[in-house]
Amino acid sequence: MSNYHLNYLEELEAESIYIFREVAAQFERPALLFSGGKDSITLVHLAKKAFAPGKIPFPLVHIDTGHNFPEALTFRDWLANEVNATLTVRKVEDTIKQRSLTEPKGKFPSRNWLQTYTLLDTIEEFKFDCCIGGARRDEEKARAKERIFSVRDEFGQWNPKLQRPELWNIYNGRIHKGENVRVFPISNWTELDIWNYIRKENIGLPSIYFSHEREVIEHEGQLVAMSEYVQPSADDIITTKKVRYRTVGDMTCTAAVESTASTLDEVINEIISTKISERGETRIDDRVTEAAMEDRKKNGYF
Amino acid sequence: MDLLRFITAGSVDDGKSTLIGRLLYDSKNILIDQLEALEKSTKNRTDGSVDLALLTDGLRAEREQGITIDVAYRYFTTPKRKFIIADAPGHVQYTRNMITGASNANLIIILVDARQGVVEQTRRHSIIASLLKIPHVVVAINKMDLVEYLEDVYNNIVIDYANVAKQLGLKDVIYIPISALNGDNIVDKSTAIDWYMGKPLLELLEEVEIDNDINLTDARFQVQLVIRPQTDDLHDYRGYAGKVISGIYKKGDKVTVLPAGIETTISKLEVGGEEVEEVFAPQSVVIQLADDIDISRGDAITKVDNQPQVNNELEVLLCWLDDKPLVPGNKYYLQHNSRLVRAVVKQIDYKLDVNSLDQQPVEGNVKLNEVVKATIKTAAPLVFDNYEKISANGSGILVDETSNSTVAAVLFK
Ligand SMILES: Nc1nc2c(ncn2[C@@H]2O[C@H](COP(=O)(O)OP(=O)(O)O)[C@@H](O)[C@H]2O)c(=O)[nH]1
Ligand SMILES: [Mg+2]
Repeated sequence: MSNYHLNYLEELEAESIYIFREVAAQFERPALLFSGGKDSITLVHLAKKAFAPGKIPFPLVHIDTGHNFPEALTFRDWLANEVNATLTVRKVEDTIKQRSLTEPKGKFPSRNWLQTYTLLDTIEEFKFDCCIGGARRDEEKARAKERIFSVRDEFGQWNPKLQRPELWNIYNGRIHKGENVRVFPISNWTELDIWNYIRKENIGLPSIYFSHEREVIEHEGQLVAMSEYVQPSADDIITTKKVRYRTVGDMTCTAAVESTASTLDEVINEIISTKISERGETRIDDRVTEAAMEDRKKNGYF
Repeated sequence: MDLLRFITAGSVDDGKSTLIGRLLYDSKNILIDQLEALEKSTKNRTDGSVDLALLTDGLRAEREQGITIDVAYRYFTTPKRKFIIADAPGHVQYTRNMITGASNANLIIILVDARQGVVEQTRRHSIIASLLKIPHVVVAINKMDLVEYLEDVYNNIVIDYANVAKQLGLKDVIYIPISALNGDNIVDKSTAIDWYMGKPLLELLEEVEIDNDINLTDARFQVQLVIRPQTDDLHDYRGYAGKVISGIYKKGDKVTVLPAGIETTISKLEVGGEEVEEVFAPQSVVIQLADDIDISRGDAITKVDNQPQVNNELEVLLCWLDDKPLVPGNKYYLQHNSRLVRAVVKQIDYKLDVNSLDQQPVEGNVKLNEVVKATIKTAAPLVFDNYEKISANGSGILVDETSNSTVAAVLFK
């Protein structure tokens, strides 16, 4: 094997950086949608490398559901400051008031669906023509079908039957006024690739990705953290367990994993030996129907 | 560990999705909950088996119709390699989606139904493989279980396909008899096909040599964007960010900036903000030059002693991918990596018959999925290579000015 050889992580990194640079060059007002999870933290790291020694030429935008883990918010603010990026936060809470939307009810009232409204309003407010997201194709079947440059119409809708051919590494970001493009630079990364890259690059993560003690209740075999947003029923038993998070979303729809893994090596070992997918293990809301993600994307969701 | 990208192709129902499902399943890359979902959605099947194709058919319409409409990407890893699979649709009308998946592949698995042999879609996909110069071709003769695993059936198909391969100039084609449904010769060697002396499919995929797929001889680089921080400490910094398309660049190399034709020297190379002595394909890098030259997005930096073609009139092969036909004389945008120029299709010389590869006269407009030889004139010169020499610098797309759709794949002659 020659010295001029990239291993798979280096190849994925090179591809992602190339995509970031295409975004910066092709769009007038791009934004990076930052959720606070490991995927968007990895995105920020890649963006930093793509434009070094310059700064990241677009803002980080957080659509704040109001149901976040406080640790993730602290980390978000720290990271934006660290990379010297503009951070724009728009709150689902405000959209609910302005548009008098109905809050979902129940034990775990997820605002996941309502996020789309805030996202579309934010795109409109700032006239973003491109939103960069950290979705990966290995996460879910509908995502496995989406292009890296995914054109959305004026309503933010994805039309899976009208996707542009995407040939070689040539990305066509031309759009009409009012449309926008969702770009997914880490489409081809798997969960394990992300973790291995985080270890290789020594990327910092919010503390909840590592083992810690937390009050949880059990719901259909999943552990949900107690918080002000969760409404336990009378027969729920609240226990304290050693847990970590495999993904970080809303407190109402992200489940914890019982774990004592407190270092990256330990976390990666656990993920290698797990028998359940990331979504299956940690998302409480996604198990509803097989087409849940496709339907949401068609409505403007990421 | 390296990365192999491959695509499964072949006619509808030849077993592409099943094969991928089987590869993932037998190499233990399917997790419990995904399997449960699969079993649930297969419940209403009469024979009680799980339908492995449902692992990749991710759209509602696909599951409803039991067909693959668009490419799905799947990922799996063995101790030897990481794989990215593109599961492509077989229908003629979705050929453009198949080309999407094929354009990045190191390897193509062309499935043939043992009962049907080589059919029109086998040829069409083989032609695409040959046009796109996919470096490695595996022909998997599937559904061997339905022909009693007979060696004769296999041999006859191999002879048939060898003719196609010869006609298309496909070299080093590997043949393998399989049953995707039963798992014969997928991960483990089949006992039912004891007459086959070769390796099972997964082993082939793990061992195929892909180091030479990247051209490290002819150095090509195109500027994606100019990095100018304009801060106090980096006041005069001017770096050209882009991907090394092919070849190797070293600090001190004498280079020519094209199409302007100005010579200068590489003064500094960076990867991810760190200075390095040399860079190579397919790294994303930043190049700094000794002289202050006016360079912008789409310009090329090449070595003085190894030059690409520079021209505003191009001989090309066009694969037409849009429902709207190509009207000769119409204007489009031509995008060649990051370079975007206006272009007009001046002349269409002939059409390639996808069955015989014969050159045929074109009557009227060029329609979806047709492949034609054409002459394109661009508003500004392009810096390019023959696709067969450096595919990454020899390809482009046509974009419709009015719909913004990607309407054609362009291969430079
Ligand atoms: N008997 C048999 N049936 C197969 C085999 N491979 C696939 N099939 C069946 O052929 C049909 C089409 O398979 P599918 O994977 O959807 O084909 P695709 O259109 O190429 O993706 C399904 O009913 C499969 O179960 C095989 O090796 N043997
Ligand atoms: Mg299929």
